[in-house]
Amino acid sequence: MQREVTFAGFGGQGIMTAGKLLALAGMAEGKEVAWIPSYGPEMRGGTAYCTVVIADRLIGSPIVNDPENVFVFNRPSLEKFGPRVRPGGVLLINSSLIDVRSDRQDIVQVCVPCNDIANALKNGRSINLVGLGAFVARTGMVGLDTQRAVLEREFGKKGKGEALRAASEVFEAGVRAVLEGQGAKTP
Amino acid sequence: MAKKLMKGNEAIGEAAIVAGAQAYFCYPITPQTEVAEYLAKRMPEVGGVFVQAESELAASQMIFGAAAAGARVFTTSSSPGISLMSEAMSYIAAAELPAVFINIIRCGPGLGGILPSQGDYLQATKGGGHGDYRFLVLAPSTIQETVDLTIEAFRLADKYRNPVMLIGDGLIGQMMEPVDFEGRTAPPRLDTSGWATTGCAGREPHIVKTLFLDPNVLEQRNRKMRDKYEQMKREEVRFETYLCDDAPELLVAAYGTTARVVRTAVDRLREEGVKVGMFRPISVFPFPDEPLRQQALVPSVKAVLVVEMSMGQMLEDVERALQGRRPLHFFGRGGGNVPAPEELVRECRRLLGNGQGGR
Repeated sequence: MQREVTFAGFGGQGIMTAGKLLALAGMAEGKEVAWIPSYGPEMRGGTAYCTVVIADRLIGSPIVNDPENVFVFNRPSLEKFGPRVRPGGVLLINSSLIDVRSDRQDIVQVCVPCNDIANALKNGRSINLVGLGAFVARTGMVGLDTQRAVLEREFGKKGKGEALRAASEVFEAGVRAVLEGQGAKTP
Repeated sequence: MAKKLMKGNEAIGEAAIVAGAQAYFCYPITPQTEVAEYLAKRMPEVGGVFVQAESELAASQMIFGAAAAGARVFTTSSSPGISLMSEAMSYIAAAELPAVFINIIRCGPGLGGILPSQGDYLQATKGGGHGDYRFLVLAPSTIQETVDLTIEAFRLADKYRNPVMLIGDGLIGQMMEPVDFEGRTAPPRLDTSGWATTGCAGREPHIVKTLFLDPNVLEQRNRKMRDKYEQMKREEVRFETYLCDDAPELLVAAYGTTARVVRTAVDRLREEGVKVGMFRPISVFPFPDEPLRQQALVPSVKAVLVVEMSMGQMLEDVERALQGRRPLHFFGRGGGNVPAPEELVRECRRLLGNGQGGR
């Protein structure tokens, strides 16, 4: 069993960090994991993407051209990665910044207004954690509680619990967005 | 200690610390600069030396100097930087000093690009610098193996008093995987007291040099070095086979990241009932000639396919090992492109005559 996701957006959206946190959760569940960044000659503010692979056996190819899941945080990423989602897979769309949808009928599309949710919680920089919460809740690629435990470990050390409180708040808002149907399915 | 999620470049830095490296001299270049970033912080914590030199030429000569003084020493760079270091490499090999060089290969030639490649195979295994010398060359394919072979490289450098090179492509440097340092320790240090230049108060001076104008003296040294390389061929051959034990029809040879892509392609072909096996050299000098030949000459094997992120470099070693006794094919990607499992599946099917063609 191998599961994959590509997170894609622009530099500064926390794409790489979201992927790393997911990979840590996979590790915590005793799985094989690999985190593969884009490291092409990108400009500051240019595209950024990473792929996370979680498997129950040795991971072969680190390059996955047709990932099971894709989460796009900006429109160029939708155009680049939307066509690559494996048929039957899930395409999550940051609908705060992307006002179009893929025209594919063979995948599930889920909209999550990541920026709106993060801004409402006065934590506009943490759209990646909104996305991570929504992603884990929607796909179950790792357990929600495992992911929560990783957040506690990674953010718990910083600043008297304030960092963890803020991180958890946006993460849980992302979880609710898909579980309570704010992350409306389209079409 | 629990496993840590680490980037290959950081894992190399930590592995060198675990191996007891005392000095690291470097000059930054993508895609391996995180090694320097990591060690700039870590080396001082363990009482080691970290120097970012003014150039690769300087860094490599610092390696020469520190190795001559008996320090456990290493550097990392990427392709164009390794070319600049090649003069010192020849000298360090000539002076029979232990040192470790790590090349996180990017695509070339020239400045090329910064994406992964295996285009420095021939430079690593056949020379690069001038003269009659060899590096012992190891090629990991996971981050854990990168850690273990980095530590091993320091042991082998001491064992042979010869530089050891680790080659990884850019992906090995950039990707993150869980690594375990549990039970890993520094290999015992070679006794350097007979030759290291540590200050000669109270003893005869030690002289480390590479200029020998008397042809007979130099030839003696050439023969001695040749004997070391022969010993490496007997004792240091490393390789892995994957699904080779049930009479495969096609044998695919690949190393490093490419071998991982091949593994995925082999798995997919097996699901379709196509019998393909993989041979992965881990030491590329010494090259596993005999084990590869044995696998290739299994009667069921109709052909051998070499896959590389180059236009065909390890191919020459495979060709030599097979001695023309099996049809040999090649599939290469360049420019920083990593082969995809799908295209390897197509190519294998094509070679076995059952399915649509490859590229």
